[in-house]
Amino acid sequence: MTASSSSVVSARKLGLTFETNDGPVHALSDVDLEVRKGDFVSFIGPSGCGKTTFLRVIADLEKATAGEISVNGMTPEEARKSRSYGYVFQAPALYPWRTIEKNIALPLEIMGHSAEERRRRIERTLDLVNLTGFGKKYPWQLSGGMQQRASIARALAFDADLLLMDEPFGALDEIVRDHLNAQLLKLWARTEKTICFVTHSIPEAVYLSTKIVVMSPRPGRVTDVIESTLPAERPLEIRETPEFLEIAHRVREGLRAGHSYEE
Amino acid sequence: MKRLQHNWQPLLAGVITAIAAARLPLTLPEAANPVQGGMMIALVLLAAVTLMLTLEGPIPRAAVLFVGAHLPAGLLLAGLSGNEGQMSTAFFLMIAASWLLAWACVSELSQIEPRSTAASWFLRLLIPAIFGAWILVIWEAATRGAGIPFILLPPPSAIAARIAGSLPILWADVRQTIFKAVLIGYVIGCAAGFVVAILADRFAFLRRGLIPVGNMVSALPIIGVAPIMVMWFGFDWQSKAAVVIIMTFFPMLVNTVAGLSAAGSMERDLMRSYASDYWQTLVKLRLPAAMPFIFNALKINSTLALIGAIVAEFFGTPIVGMGFRISTEIGRMNVDMVWAEIAVAALIGSVFYGVVALAERATTFWHPSIRGG
Amino acid sequence: MKHPSSYRGRLLPVLTILVAIVSIWYVAAVFMNAPFQRDLDRRGNVTRTTAEFVSATFSQPKPVLPAPHQVAQNVYENTFLRRVTSNRSLVYHSWVTLSSTIVGFTLGTLLGILIAVGIVHVKALDRSLMPWIIASQTVPILAIAPMVVVVLAAINVTGLLPKALISTYLSFFPVAVGMVKGLRSPEPIQLDLMRTYNASRAQTFWKLRVPASIPFLFTSMKVAIAASLVGAIVGELPTGAVAGIGSKLLAGSYYSQTIDIWAALIAGSVLAAILVTIVGVAGRIVERSMGGRPA
Repeated sequence: MTASSSSVVSARKLGLTFETNDGPVHALSDVDLEVRKGDFVSFIGPSGCGKTTFLRVIADLEKATAGEISVNGMTPEEARKSRSYGYVFQAPALYPWRTIEKNIALPLEIMGHSAEERRRRIERTLDLVNLTGFGKKYPWQLSGGMQQRASIARALAFDADLLLMDEPFGALDEIVRDHLNAQLLKLWARTEKTICFVTHSIPEAVYLSTKIVVMSPRPGRVTDVIESTLPAERPLEIRETPEFLEIAHRVREGLRAGHSYEE
Repeated sequence: MKRLQHNWQPLLAGVITAIAAARLPLTLPEAANPVQGGMMIALVLLAAVTLMLTLEGPIPRAAVLFVGAHLPAGLLLAGLSGNEGQMSTAFFLMIAASWLLAWACVSELSQIEPRSTAASWFLRLLIPAIFGAWILVIWEAATRGAGIPFILLPPPSAIAARIAGSLPILWADVRQTIFKAVLIGYVIGCAAGFVVAILADRFAFLRRGLIPVGNMVSALPIIGVAPIMVMWFGFDWQSKAAVVIIMTFFPMLVNTVAGLSAAGSMERDLMRSYASDYWQTLVKLRLPAAMPFIFNALKINSTLALIGAIVAEFFGTPIVGMGFRISTEIGRMNVDMVWAEIAVAALIGSVFYGVVALAERATTFWHPSIRGG
Repeated sequence: MKHPSSYRGRLLPVLTILVAIVSIWYVAAVFMNAPFQRDLDRRGNVTRTTAEFVSATFSQPKPVLPAPHQVAQNVYENTFLRRVTSNRSLVYHSWVTLSSTIVGFTLGTLLGILIAVGIVHVKALDRSLMPWIIASQTVPILAIAPMVVVVLAAINVTGLLPKALISTYLSFFPVAVGMVKGLRSPEPIQLDLMRTYNASRAQTFWKLRVPASIPFLFTSMKVAIAASLVGAIVGELPTGAVAGIGSKLLAGSYYSQTIDIWAALIAGSVLAAILVTIVGVAGRIVERSMGGRPA
């Protein structure tokens, strides 16, 4: 399994063990995975299965203790230093002392873009997430869903090809979440980014993904990788089709096989 | 029953006024300048009580009580002149009655939940203002009415007269103590604390060593270094500034270091994902997040700086300065001058604090504690 | 993830800083005492080697900056070698300051709690008194300390009480503010629970507000006792006070007895550290007995 030119993330025998006071915890063990350019990959599994940890290893927020991983053909650290991904957290993590505009400008300032370039990109990304006109607001003046959209805009602003999203809609109610899922798919189609998406919702994973990675805990490992057969064009109603339910069933089976409901 | 409980202050005020009316006049028989209008004041008080009990709703009731408390109080205080120490029981009973009405007024005002922000601000200022005014009224009435020795507690009017009469001296003292010792010491002390905090943040070893020491020093009576500083830097303002620097340094150090760790882990990870370097993270994330802590230190220090400079002057000064004035005038038993200095110090302390608090509101407008209140 | 051992992690850096402070102190002592020593030597026509000169700067009777060991020796002599009733004994002076600190602290804490209870339960008090309590913290209260002492002396109230009153004044603010915060700290959900039980105000107060306020009480008491001590020391500054750490500071500054000043400072610091520690330990014991998790 060599990293081809279209491979964005490639992991081989990846492992990560935390040393704690109660002995070692195997957060990841023997993870093999290939993410290709343009993929929308969802990671699903119960808490403690290492899905967030795997995302953090890709982002170089954690260091793997075993195996190999490459991001855009580089080590995660090199990838981070060349700013090759945007990261969206569970919470918006917008800075309350900056307006939405200024929050989106934050990575651009750090990466040294000119003021005019910043203005251009802010305008474009605000439009991408349908927040045009809200740039002058402070984060706390917006709803939770709008805040999370602003944080996606911030991750898009510097044109990284890879978007890492860690349960970005986990804290939102289901109605807002549906809406944002549909928007995210449109955005993915328009920008042709590669997206790695962590979730614990089966419908969300099936609805969004081209590839679903099912994980299970103790030790954190991959139990199944499902290629989605759904068409690229996905209205929300697709969730009632037999095809959708079939994939969801397979995911549920995969989760059950990982003994994820025992504890 | 409930009505009685709710209106106990005005009812009690009515009873007290009735007793006072039976024991008129307001002055003792030997008073130099007997006051006649006692019955009229009693009628005003009783009228206020009756009118208030017939009204509904906090606003008209508060308005009646406001007039009914402060008009008699003003008349009673006016009756004091020439009769120091010669007021009768009736006088004090009526002061008590009008104070009860003022209390009832404040209670009514506290019930009001204004809709507009302007009205809310007005109330938030008016209620404590009434309270403060009544401290002065009772102070004035007690000291002059009962003839409390001037040395023990001069009446506010005498202190006000003293302030008005010694503006040049007070101004010179303020210039010496505030504009030289306090401001210079405050700026240097806070700046030094801040710089060392950044250094301690950069080097973990320094932080782990310095913070326990800093925490301990914060609890020590640092003011005790004043005699040493006076010995080292002489009698003039430099030694006082040195005391202020030492006193303000540690709160700033400890608070800034605490503030620099206030940024959340998610926000730090975000900066890491941008491959942001130490200084970018510091300027764009950690310093803004630390601002509430830094302002907390600036506020604490505004008080400490004043205390430090004034107390340090007790250990020796040139013949000017607020601490010098306090310690020499108290030696001459000119207590009104001492009170005048204290009033000025209180005013400056409040203004100093107020300016820092305003700067805080402007800088940390985003913080829940500010945007919520 | 791993916790460093407490020696490497905490003690070593603190010790390093303390050693650094003492070393800087010694170096500073040499330089600050040098001019006077040079003067003295020139007048006495003494020539010394550098080592002798340095050691001479450490043994002046009234140095600009006494060396740490001079201070330590003074503290030791005046603490352990003198009768505790002697007016040169640091134990005696500390005791004088301590007694008014304790009296003032106790009165101040009680007063502060009382005010806090009033503010929490009477809305008019909250609206009218609270702004003044906050504003009064901005006033340099210590400035009136000498006046309180002298004025009370004028009406024949002397000794412990005036100083204790200053301490009271300084210590009630933190307690009042902390307790208001503490008594208001129960969540709306917990208050609602008491409402569902139809609990009386007194029951809510004793069963919910008081237990919730205990951590706040001890935190503010730590601030209060330190403030109390400062109040007692400053209360001893006006002429007339004959005993206590404050009067020792003042006497030292009159007669340029620098070593005495430093010794008094050390005594005050030790006192402060002991008092704050006692309050802290008491707080931890109370919190643990109430089922709080040990930190």
